[in-house]
Amino acid sequence: MPTAITTPRAIRLVVEGQWTWYRRSWRASVVSSVLQPVLYLLALGIGVGTQIRPGGATGDLPYLQYLAPALVVASAVQTAAFESTFPVLSAFKWQRTYHGIAATPVSATQVALGQLAWVALRISVSAAAFLVVAGLLGALTSIGAVLSLVVATLTAVAFAAPVIAYSATIETEGQQFSVIFRFIVMPMTMFSGTFFPVEQLPEWVRPLVWLTPLWHGTELSRAVAFSTWEALGALGHLAFLLAMLAVGTHLAVRNFNRRLAI
Amino acid sequence: MGTSTESLVSARGLAKRFGDFDAVRGIDLDVRPGEAFGFLGPNGAGKSSTMRMIACVSPRTGGELTVLGMDPSRDGPAIRGRLGVVPQQDNLDTELTVRENLHVYGRYFGLSKAHVRAKATELIEFAQLADRSDAEVETLSGGMKRRLTIARSLINDPELLLLDEPTTGLDPQARHLLWDRLFRLKQQGVTLIVTTHYMDEAEQLCDRLVVMDAGRIVAEGSPAELIAQHSTREVLELRFAAGTQDEQAVEGLAERVEVLPDRLLLYTTDGEASLAAVHRRGLTPVSSLVRRSTLEDVFLRLTGRTLVD
Amino acid sequence: MTTTAPETRVPERVGVLFRVLPTGMYAGRPSAVLERSFLVNRRTWLAVVSGFFEPLFFLFGLGYGFGALIGDVTGPGGEHISYVAFVAPALLAASAMNGAVTDATFNIFFRFKYARTYDAMLATPLGPLDVAIGEITWALIRGALYSAGFLAVMLGMGLLTSPWAVLALPAAVFVAVAFAAVGMACTTFMRSWQDFDLVNLAVMPMFLFSTTFFPLSVYPPALRVVVQCFPLYHAVEIMRGLCTGFVGLAMLGHLAYFVLMAAVGLVVAARRLGKLLLA
Repeated sequence: MPTAITTPRAIRLVVEGQWTWYRRSWRASVVSSVLQPVLYLLALGIGVGTQIRPGGATGDLPYLQYLAPALVVASAVQTAAFESTFPVLSAFKWQRTYHGIAATPVSATQVALGQLAWVALRISVSAAAFLVVAGLLGALTSIGAVLSLVVATLTAVAFAAPVIAYSATIETEGQQFSVIFRFIVMPMTMFSGTFFPVEQLPEWVRPLVWLTPLWHGTELSRAVAFSTWEALGALGHLAFLLAMLAVGTHLAVRNFNRRLAI
Repeated sequence: MGTSTESLVSARGLAKRFGDFDAVRGIDLDVRPGEAFGFLGPNGAGKSSTMRMIACVSPRTGGELTVLGMDPSRDGPAIRGRLGVVPQQDNLDTELTVRENLHVYGRYFGLSKAHVRAKATELIEFAQLADRSDAEVETLSGGMKRRLTIARSLINDPELLLLDEPTTGLDPQARHLLWDRLFRLKQQGVTLIVTTHYMDEAEQLCDRLVVMDAGRIVAEGSPAELIAQHSTREVLELRFAAGTQDEQAVEGLAERVEVLPDRLLLYTTDGEASLAAVHRRGLTPVSSLVRRSTLEDVFLRLTGRTLVD
Repeated sequence: MTTTAPETRVPERVGVLFRVLPTGMYAGRPSAVLERSFLVNRRTWLAVVSGFFEPLFFLFGLGYGFGALIGDVTGPGGEHISYVAFVAPALLAASAMNGAVTDATFNIFFRFKYARTYDAMLATPLGPLDVAIGEITWALIRGALYSAGFLAVMLGMGLLTSPWAVLALPAAVFVAVAFAAVGMACTTFMRSWQDFDLVNLAVMPMFLFSTTFFPLSVYPPALRVVVQCFPLYHAVEIMRGLCTGFVGLAMLGHLAYFVLMAAVGLVVAARRLGKLLLA
């Protein structure tokens, strides 16, 4: 009788478990993670885009093409925020899925990593779907957009990791998640350079923006999509995202172990 | 507005039909002031439907019903103002704390804030939840939630308390704690109507009860009366080794024999004497037990089924 | 325990509503339901307050961020106005819609099906109408507070250029009533949480395409007709007209749209609720 299980296999088991749950609610997530960004692209990229003259601020690109590689990252982060809050609380509290898994040879650490892997998988699939539609709408300028997919996924998990860590500490659902969505996710989406260059913001706000993973992801995604990147800047963004992912994962693993210890 | 009849609740030919399904098929009953009245029956017998009609939250589809001397179809709000209701499933307000639950519920009855505040403190004491009064409902155990639901139903000092399966799903200790609270209410003169599918609960709590099956009342009386009427004084239970149970072999040894999948029940006035007779016939049961008749036996006799499947 | 005999009778006089309705529907006590809402929200005040910031973030982000990119757009009277002045009244309308729909669908459904809060209320003298009126009143009070806050910010930013703007607050509340009525009617048909995808599917595109962010003239003529069918389009037209002072006869048409919407929603919701609750 094996007493332990290899981590890749354990992660696959957790992902499978999430998939079983997800299959029942896929319709909701197609709406929120694919259709919603596409509609934003139509409304803002094309609709509002008619009012915007290509200029220095948009890198001399039509607004639609300026927006697309950033919107894929912003939307990935939003989906990640959702997948890291209610489903995690639910798996601990109502459905007790995690307790069920942790009663098998799968360890608490592996459950945490599995949850993160699930978010990564979810994000990359919906981001890919979004990019295909964006491509059909003529919103992508080069094949570099494929790299935007990688950047979007990385940014999303970097943000998801600490959120999962936090969700694992919540006992009763109160106002915590509303506050995360409205005071962190929403302003981050609005002010991290997705819709307009950060330079439009007052100078004192900008350092705050530099602390958001979304800004680093957006810069990186535009750089690879427009092939305007320079090694040093790109490395800086990458380092920020990886560091956030590492710290977040560490906290998530710690909190899962605490919560699942009986 | 006082009660015009002796009965707090009076029903004649009361019926409830949901679409093609007859949940209650014409029942007569009278509940007198100060008594603890029980509905005993298995799940789906029509107990909860009857309770909901008495609670004025479900209109009857046939027959007559008077509660506190009024007609539920006309005076629903006035009747509900004088009832306490403990539903089968706790429907406490999960968005509020223990104390807030009592407070808000009292306000639904139009009671003054000062009155509700004092009453809530008293009821938290009664429900033994003093140390949890500011806790969120979700953090309470099953027994605590049940006690809070009962406390909540008392906020308006009801003349009649309706309890639908009050202890289902609770562990033995929590059940006894709850029975104790209900006894105290009875002593204070509150009229109780209880539904249950536990015969021990019916025997513990009820002065008088009706046995329901498939939407009908099949017997009525006090627990002792029902047992005397529909069963013998003692019961001999015999278990045989797997595959050797044979009811023909015990014929003539008891007034009546019931065959269950795992044992035979011999209804007799003297269980020990019957057991001796069993042995004299050369029968060798794996185990035997002599006990007094219970409501379970009454139910088996009346319906041919056990209470808890 | 039975020392005091409290007064729990139904009040004799509770106004016209009580006299015209079948007994049992209304006990004249929606204030008790409202009191519950205040208690619940006192503890989750941060979530309540956060609802006020969402449209503000949109306003600052879109208004100022886009400001430099866009310059002026064509306003309701054909004149050129700044993008902030164009988008702010539309956000006011959209936030009235969002708040009303959330309250009337998600929150009501949760209490109705899942927490069985209303079952408990109806075991007391309260009737379905007390519950409905109490819940809607709370939603409107909260909506009015949000709208007032948003209008105050607009005033501070110099975006209210006409005395007609005083009417923007009652108009926002009225728009919310109409959306809440239709939302509640829809909720009575919902079977599970899955059905709420459809709510999202209706609200989100409406938010983006009801001339909230760009003028109607951007659309090809065929699509303009479609957009003009959206209720939010009419709400945006009302708000934009009131805030900039271009109030014409068309305003009556937009108002009529909401009167009709509220009436249909209320009738359907009341009928369905009665049927569901008095089974």
